Amino acid sequence: MSADLFDLGFLEAADALAKKAVSSEELTSALLDRSEKLEPALNSLTWFSREAARAEARAADAARAAGDKRPFLGVPIAIKDLLNVKGQPCTAGSNILKGYVAPYDATVIARLRAAGCVFVSRTNTDEFAMGGSTETSAYGTTRNPWDVSRVPGGSSGGSAAAVAARLAPAALASDTGGSIRQPAAFCGVTGFKPTYGRVSRYGCTAFASSLDQVGPIARSVEDAAAVYQVIAGLDPHDSTTSPRPVGDGLPEVRAAKDLKGLKLGLPKEYFVEGLDPEVEKLTRAAVEQCRALGAEIVDVDLPHSQYGIACYYILAPAEASANLARYDGVRYGFRAESEDLLEMYEKTRAQGFGAEVKRRVILGTYVLSSGFHDAYYLRAQKVRTLIRGDFEKAFARCDAILGPVTPTAAFRVGEKSADPVQMYLGDIFTVNVNLAGICGLSVPCGFTPNGLPAGLHVVGPAFEEARILKIGAAYQHATDWHRKHPKI
Amino acid sequence: MNDFIPSIGLEVHVQLKTRTKMFCACPAHTEGEPNTAVCPVCLGLPGALPVMNREAIRKTVKVGLMIGSRISLRSTFDRKNYFYPDMAKNYQITQQAAPLCIGGAVEIEVEGKKKTIRVNHIHQEEDVAKSTHMENSTEIDFSRAGTPLMELVTEPDMSSPDEAIAFLTALKEMLIYAGISDCNLEMGHVRCDVNSSVRPAGTDKLGVKSELKNMNTFKGIHRALEYELDRQMETLRKNGSLAQETRRWDDIAGITLPMRSKEYAHDYRYFPEPDLPPVVLDTATVEAWRAELPELPAAKRARFVAEYGLPEYDAGVLTADKAISEYFEAGAKKSGNFKAVSNWVMGELLRALGEKGQGIADAKISPEALAELIALVDAKTINMPAAKEVFQTLFENGGNPMAIVKEKGLAQVSDAGAIDGFAGQAIAANPKVADEFRAGKEAALMFLVGQVMKLSRGKANPQLAAEALRQKLQA
Amino acid sequence: MAMKFSENADRMDVRYVAGLARMALSDKEETQLQGQLDDILAFVGELKKLDVSGVAPTDDASGTLNAWREDEPATGLAREAALANAPLARHGQFVVPKVIE
Repeated sequence: MSADLFDLGFLEAADALAKKAVSSEELTSALLDRSEKLEPALNSLTWFSREAARAEARAADAARAAGDKRPFLGVPIAIKDLLNVKGQPCTAGSNILKGYVAPYDATVIARLRAAGCVFVSRTNTDEFAMGGSTETSAYGTTRNPWDVSRVPGGSSGGSAAAVAARLAPAALASDTGGSIRQPAAFCGVTGFKPTYGRVSRYGCTAFASSLDQVGPIARSVEDAAAVYQVIAGLDPHDSTTSPRPVGDGLPEVRAAKDLKGLKLGLPKEYFVEGLDPEVEKLTRAAVEQCRALGAEIVDVDLPHSQYGIACYYILAPAEASANLARYDGVRYGFRAESEDLLEMYEKTRAQGFGAEVKRRVILGTYVLSSGFHDAYYLRAQKVRTLIRGDFEKAFARCDAILGPVTPTAAFRVGEKSADPVQMYLGDIFTVNVNLAGICGLSVPCGFTPNGLPAGLHVVGPAFEEARILKIGAAYQHATDWHRKHPKI
Repeated sequence: MNDFIPSIGLEVHVQLKTRTKMFCACPAHTEGEPNTAVCPVCLGLPGALPVMNREAIRKTVKVGLMIGSRISLRSTFDRKNYFYPDMAKNYQITQQAAPLCIGGAVEIEVEGKKKTIRVNHIHQEEDVAKSTHMENSTEIDFSRAGTPLMELVTEPDMSSPDEAIAFLTALKEMLIYAGISDCNLEMGHVRCDVNSSVRPAGTDKLGVKSELKNMNTFKGIHRALEYELDRQMETLRKNGSLAQETRRWDDIAGITLPMRSKEYAHDYRYFPEPDLPPVVLDTATVEAWRAELPELPAAKRARFVAEYGLPEYDAGVLTADKAISEYFEAGAKKSGNFKAVSNWVMGELLRALGEKGQGIADAKISPEALAELIALVDAKTINMPAAKEVFQTLFENGGNPMAIVKEKGLAQVSDAGAIDGFAGQAIAANPKVADEFRAGKEAALMFLVGQVMKLSRGKANPQLAAEALRQKLQA
Repeated sequence: MAMKFSENADRMDVRYVAGLARMALSDKEETQLQGQLDDILAFVGELKKLDVSGVAPTDDASGTLNAWREDEPATGLAREAALANAPLARHGQFVVPKVIE
């Protein structure tokens, strides 16, 4: 039992609660105390309520006292401010949802609630998850706990920073083009994006519906796997969820110690100009570690990789342009007053949305508009088919793919915010996984000479979550990068 | 109207009769307080996702099967983007690239001439919310939002307002028959966009079309089309030019007016709905749905003529409503006197129902009872006036015809002695009329029969009375 | 990762497209967005170099089929909950300004 309660990871907390070594109320209070202390420097949370969190924690403690033995009863978790939790605000990092209080639970929230989890805080996000730095949030930029002059990544920068700073044992996040894995890499924590269709999107404020996927950010692969097991699986409210059984992979993940018998692919397209040499060095060292753990490393080709970002920045904005049309000041959220309906729409959306959202909504509207639809949208959908095909071919030769998560470590606040294209290029290693609809894991794999974390990307075929979680767990069994904490 | 040929095409939106909405489990067709049948999905809340209603899909496919469409074994949904406060998401989920039903046709008949109206396709979509326009604002009720709609799009094959109405009537009849929709126009179950154009006679290329939006009465459509076609022809006759435009029908003024131009041109930016996987049907499912289809009115009409020897007119009236046609068949099977059953149903029964504003389901007289009543008439147990009295009792209270006859003492007097007596009295009381008959005025006999009926208080068998009178007068 | 952008990329009418998306732009915003969107379009326009003939579009990311629901009603939101977030409500309805044409 560590000295500080906030040091406990998700499974450690579950264990401590089960042994009654600590109460949920004590644990929750410790996290909220720490949040109050660190938030002025980090800005990783958009909302928390001592009263609400402690009420939930007390209820969990009472249930435990009454004999309730649910494994995650009373375990606190932070929630990305994109997921609807009944009775809590849900801003999506936007002014346009200011004042909106969710009247319903997202399916993932309902499942965590049924498992007994306590919703301790809401984490900052780029506005509508559009960004890679949390700088587009209407509620201010989140700072990287390893270096507060730097960004935590995004869009789930709040979740990654909060988990790294130990404001929560784990957090829910979402990943449309890398939004779980990239901030996890930047903040030195574990981030897991399941296969498209594995986890329900119902109640997750939509950015790009064919790419969005909810997943955990946690202190370890084990913890991520534990959260994933709770939230995954068919949901009658989300038609795109798969009926394939999830299975209980957690015991195997916890037992994983080597990589014997596994073939891991290394795509040459992932080691190109623009990849920071320090990040490359750390990635290659991690690959060697995997080899040392018994994996066979094979070369694979992903020939259309370089087109992923362009493809993504057509398809995601196109879908977003429709998904964000509902923010019109009619039923909820911000409304700019006007005598005229059209003017109300135009002012509400002009004042409610930030610059990055406007940019992407305009871009998405354009690529779908008459005369340009085929040249952009339809063509990008075809390129998406090619990118999916790349992975299918690669996975015929290997069990999983390794590579860097990001081309650089965390950049400075403001460094890229003036040049959208430079910002978009940071998604180069992550977007293809979303376009292919497969699963990806980011595990901490060391630090640059500046003391900034980097992540190893483990990418698996669709619905092979258990496989990549076992790879990540075996890697973490042999390394302790994930146990390092920022000095904050 | 000879120098120009009109072409009319219809886009018919029909609310499907389902228990729940198209994409959420909120109850459909509620008439309660506003915004009481709503949920995150139909309110377009952040994060809400649509889930298809299988029953709505089944009903739309059944319409396709009825009109001979090709059923798409893989069909997809698309988003149609436009901003309007009655559309919560500001996009409508509809089908553009791959609709459920492709092609098909509906046969119509106008003034004895049969014509086939081709259908381009039928697709599945969702209805919008109900807006109430106040002086300075609009109030919106989302209870109707998301009601399942099918949209049937015809080819421009109709060439007169009468044909358009004949098409709509035939379609409506079919939809009600198969339980697809109640097609209650007052309730807004059926709404039409009406496209029309005219072209000079002898040419093939369609003229410039105008679209009349959101028409919801057949009468309005007929009047609007009459006006609109006339307007188009007059414009061309005066060498004016027509613009392709959307117009609206002003029912009070009786004219169509161009819709004021919107700030922005429409650009619906269709793209595949990522929240809904494709609908994939197998042939076995489609065939099972086909097997559920009822016999359609046209087929049933033909069968009634062939099987029951009814005149076309009777068959038409009896099959216009499925429940009535079923009532007739039940009665006919029991009775064997098909024409009599037809006469009773078309005459007394429909009149009585009409007076009470009831449907056939409310009628207390069973088809079996009607058949028995007819048998009593045929056996000359009761005469027609008595039969009508029995019918009225059966209609109001139900029961057994023979029991009613006995209870009311309505059995005909067929006793020759009694009738002879009445005949004698009638002749004695009306010597002048009797003389007229003797002088050859056949019609005079009817008056005397009437007198016999009166004397017998309606119970005499009129045929026997006539015979008795004739014998006495010719003696 | 240095991308070379084609010289003759499309240039969009930002004000018109923003209008389709119902967003009013200030002149300053428009100028700034025009430059950024020109860059982005040039960048995403790189896809035009790829031969996609004979490639089917990915129009269904999930691979699931017929995720439909039986026609059974379920409880939704109470009216108070539905209207609780409304910027303006009256008579149990959502209220918006009328359309001025």
